[in-house]
Amino acid sequence: MQSIQLIVFLPLLAAIIAGLGNKALGNVPAKIVTTGALFVSCALSWPIFLSYVAGHAEPSVAPVLHWLSSGSFNAAWELRVDALTAVMLVVVTSVSALVHLYSWGYMDEEPDQPRFFAYLSLFTFAMLMLVTANNLLQMFFGWEGVGLASYLLIGFWFRKPSASAAAIKAFVVNRVGDLGFMLGIFGTYLVFDTISIPDILAAAPGMAGSTIGFLGHRFDTMTVLCLLLFVGACGKSAQLGLHTWLPDAMEGPTPVSALIHAATMVTAGVFMVCRLSPMFETSETAMHVVTYVGAATCLFAATVGTTQTDIKRVIAYSTCSQLGYMFFAAGVGAYGAAMFHLFTHAFFKALLFLGAGSVIHAMHHEQDMRYYGALRKEIPVTFWAMTAGTLAITGVGIPGTLFGFAGFFSKDSILESAYAAGGPGTTAFLIGVFAALLTSFYSWRLVFLTFFGAPRWAGSEHIQHAVHDAHGHDDHAHDAHHDHHHGHDGTAGYHPHESPLNMLVPLVVLSLGAVLAGILFHGAFIDPEGGAHFWEASTLAFNEHLMHASHGVPLWVKWSPFAVMATGLTIAYMAYIRHTDWPAKFTAHFHVLYDFLLNKWYFDELYNAIFVKPAFAIGRFFWKRGDEGTIDRFGPNGMAALVVAGGRVTRRLQSGYLYTYALVMLLGLAAAVTWAITQS
Amino acid sequence: MNELGFPILSLMMAVPMAGALLCLFASAPQARQVALVATLADLVLGLLLWLNFDQSAGHAQWQFQEYAPIFGRFAWAMGIDGIALTLIALTVFLMPICILASWDSIEKRVGEYMAAFLFMETLMIGVFAAQDLFLFYIFFEAGLIPMYLIIGIWGGVNRIYASYKFFLYTLLGSVLMLIAMLWMAREAGSTDIPTLMAYSFDPKVQTWLWLAFFASFAVKMPMWPVHTWLPDAHVQAPTAGSVILAGVLLKMGGYGFIRFSLPMFPEASAQFAWLVFGLSMVAVVYTSLVALVQSDMKKLIAYSSVAHMAIVTVGLFAFNQAGIEGAMMVMLGHGLVSGALFLCVGVIYDRLHTREIDRYGGLSINMPKYALLFMLFTMASVGLPGTSNFVGEFLALMGVYQASSWVALVATTGIILGAAYMLYLYRRICFGDQKNADAAAMPDLSPRELVMLVPIGLSVLWMGVYPESFLAPMRADVQAIVARMAPAAPEGDAKLTAGKPHAAPAEHENHEATNEHGGPETAAEAH
Repeated sequence: MQSIQLIVFLPLLAAIIAGLGNKALGNVPAKIVTTGALFVSCALSWPIFLSYVAGHAEPSVAPVLHWLSSGSFNAAWELRVDALTAVMLVVVTSVSALVHLYSWGYMDEEPDQPRFFAYLSLFTFAMLMLVTANNLLQMFFGWEGVGLASYLLIGFWFRKPSASAAAIKAFVVNRVGDLGFMLGIFGTYLVFDTISIPDILAAAPGMAGSTIGFLGHRFDTMTVLCLLLFVGACGKSAQLGLHTWLPDAMEGPTPVSALIHAATMVTAGVFMVCRLSPMFETSETAMHVVTYVGAATCLFAATVGTTQTDIKRVIAYSTCSQLGYMFFAAGVGAYGAAMFHLFTHAFFKALLFLGAGSVIHAMHHEQDMRYYGALRKEIPVTFWAMTAGTLAITGVGIPGTLFGFAGFFSKDSILESAYAAGGPGTTAFLIGVFAALLTSFYSWRLVFLTFFGAPRWAGSEHIQHAVHDAHGHDDHAHDAHHDHHHGHDGTAGYHPHESPLNMLVPLVVLSLGAVLAGILFHGAFIDPEGGAHFWEASTLAFNEHLMHASHGVPLWVKWSPFAVMATGLTIAYMAYIRHTDWPAKFTAHFHVLYDFLLNKWYFDELYNAIFVKPAFAIGRFFWKRGDEGTIDRFGPNGMAALVVAGGRVTRRLQSGYLYTYALVMLLGLAAAVTWAITQS
Repeated sequence: MNELGFPILSLMMAVPMAGALLCLFASAPQARQVALVATLADLVLGLLLWLNFDQSAGHAQWQFQEYAPIFGRFAWAMGIDGIALTLIALTVFLMPICILASWDSIEKRVGEYMAAFLFMETLMIGVFAAQDLFLFYIFFEAGLIPMYLIIGIWGGVNRIYASYKFFLYTLLGSVLMLIAMLWMAREAGSTDIPTLMAYSFDPKVQTWLWLAFFASFAVKMPMWPVHTWLPDAHVQAPTAGSVILAGVLLKMGGYGFIRFSLPMFPEASAQFAWLVFGLSMVAVVYTSLVALVQSDMKKLIAYSSVAHMAIVTVGLFAFNQAGIEGAMMVMLGHGLVSGALFLCVGVIYDRLHTREIDRYGGLSINMPKYALLFMLFTMASVGLPGTSNFVGEFLALMGVYQASSWVALVATTGIILGAAYMLYLYRRICFGDQKNADAAAMPDLSPRELVMLVPIGLSVLWMGVYPESFLAPMRADVQAIVARMAPAAPEGDAKLTAGKPHAAPAEHENHEATNEHGGPETAAEAH
């Protein structure tokens, strides 16, 4: 057995054991089985990745089982390993293993732990099936499998109505994307007579310039196929229009947000475009659409992120925005940079989410940053980890040197490639730079609101409950005196505690990733020569010319990300540390803009009005007016009225001796038929 | 004679028939045991049938044939191909589960109830195994009677209306089919179904024959707008009645299309393909939206059945291998999944005696095993890859995409709407807080209920992960039908052209590739 099979199927096995064992198995064994399986998978994945980085590994496909064939259609369960898969393997297994470990601490008080860990492992399995797919159908299996796990985990606290609503929303909105993906697979099969990814990619250039009939019109074949598949990518990766589920998905436990809604699942769309990049290369229109959608998402999410007050929602919009960067990188042809950003983003965004979880843990489930403040000294490890993550996401680094945090290498490479590509890339570059300013602002805003300033904890109901409960238990005798004593300093007498070791270890490990991932791996991912060599062992269409060109962009292009990063930091510093009255003044002055951003551009309201409500109204109309008011009224009921008017039949039917009547009918019928046969 | 040395198909019909007669004269506990033993014996025979069915390349199309003339052209002619085999297997698999589902919930006239079920099993096997046109007709129509009795006697409050509606609808369609059959028997001079499948009727006559058969099969499917009997029948039927109705009886319509309409009237089928597409597209959207607003669990699942059956009809009239195989897989998958969903409804109905969705809530807390299995069947119903329904829906929709991208687009919206109504149902039943004290006090699945649901769950996963077990027996038969229809098959709307020869003069590798792939047959269309 090859190690890839262990990597993929151990998490499934663990999920089954923990899920079916559940309460009978007990919390600790379930956690050991799942976490252990993930660490083994992770340990097996890194050597594979490093062998591709070192440049001495070839793509391979390990067959597992026959799956589905019909006519010339053929799909098998098989595990493809190449450089692109290897990148995803380490991202998925590393983050997943760390999130499993982190959840030991975070979910410690949860009564339903085996179920949670089983879902996490199930998710990992599905994600691994997605990234090892060698045909589109298996990719779709993984695609829907991660959707299922995401649904289950968002709705993990299923008693909360908001959680189960968010879970449904995530699944259904993703299904809209899946509609595109499925039609894309149908079309691909129609055109290429295969759904094997290598075969499609080999044949794709030959189809450039051909046309196909679709929905009654004729289009460029490759444009239709790529755009259909891209609709799927938009759903999974929460691109503008199909993004509405992602912020709501924050209803799930925070480790879930880190694993699924930041590091892995939401990047599946980017992975898909990179995996099929030779196909996208054949359609300029499709590439332009990818670029513009990515850039628009990047801008949209960044603007909304500046106004949110829920710590997890800020990070969620940040994720959405960063995914936009990855897409427009892919759209301009810089797939290496897109994958590199996916890789670094996985580390620093998982870090930010897990850090936020640690803050929430310390603040007794309070998620509103308005009630944070001054946590720097209370939870120092979390503070430093979050700072490392923020330095990485804002892209701190000195252009032209090797000093820089992970996001510096990947984001700057994206922006430079976009500029170098020209055309829509120029627009994307400008939007990307502006979004980088916003990124820096909202990221530092988060840090300043959480860790600096004066404590504002007293305003939080969660904290009030916690303090009250603690008094109820411990300080019964002299609580009246105690209550009076505090309350003036904004702490409400609450003492946040740093998280336990099993939560801090993942934070530290991810911090190392956020600091070092860029320095260590930029050679393999985005260097013109190194990248060409690395990506050769994959399906990714690495564009050496573009990467060369991106190194030769003017100096102002190279320095502009740095400049906007510093500007964003300065504005955040001024507004949230020096002049804390500024934000209130700003919102009062520009309240229309502020409301527009706070309400997320009113997408939810719009969709409710044009999709959700009409669906229910039309359903009711069809049911009452269509089925009951028309079909039944003139059909069977009308007939029945005639029969009743006619006489005794219905009374006979109700006599209770139906079967004698029915039997007579059967015999009569049979007799009539046989008589007819013998006559002819 | 056949491979086994005894007439297994007749035996499979005789065993439940004998059981039915015994049940009529037995006490209630005895009747339950007799019924269970008889259905299990049939299940064993069914396994024997499957294992001995020759799936090797170049096997005979019709196997296990039996022939005994009765009088005139009317004969006891039996025999199955792979398509019938899978549907018989579905029938004998679901029957013991139905008996178990009725174990405690049926208290009055148990003997007659069990007899009706066993009689129905005989008739259903007869429908799928009959090789004589009129034998088929008798079984096909007689199947109405036990179902009619089950709804009318052991049904809910409004059972008379429902059973009446059920009977009226299905009988009206079949009168036309009978007339068509009489004409066909005289025209072709044979009532042998394999002979008729190869007989070429005049295309003008085909139109009328096709319509007559359509009247019957469309009601059975059911297709919009003749579907309104189904929600009422389901709501009033006892649990096991719903299982058999959704699991097997609805499949008779699809089986009829495959066995009669498509191979016997290929030209008319091509001519009317757009009628079928049109009705199916309406059905997918219309009934899915109606399902979304239901407050009665059984009605919701009944409407979802109509939407799923519409996928079957679009797949059948795609005129290609993937479409028909997909339609068959949807029928098998839906048979298992909708049956299981009705069982899931029955489980909680037995405890609380209401189908109102709002009376439940938070069942994940007190019924975790139930919640897990219900989740599995919900996901199978929405067509999650790895479950039975995905395989069928995917193939059927892929098949129809080759005929028309419009139909594929509209029919595929079913995966969005399906997810919406099923997950909304699941949320209201299993998620949320335990707002109703009586629902919160319900015990989890009993061993009997686990024995009913777990085998279906495993089969659903098996069909999803390794559907080859089910596709292999029917492959050659579907190929034969596709080959038979090929001359009449309408052209798809894709009309792919080759890449332009002078598309990219600058890029030399592009140029080469274009020459390589622009075959003569596609290049001709480019101009």
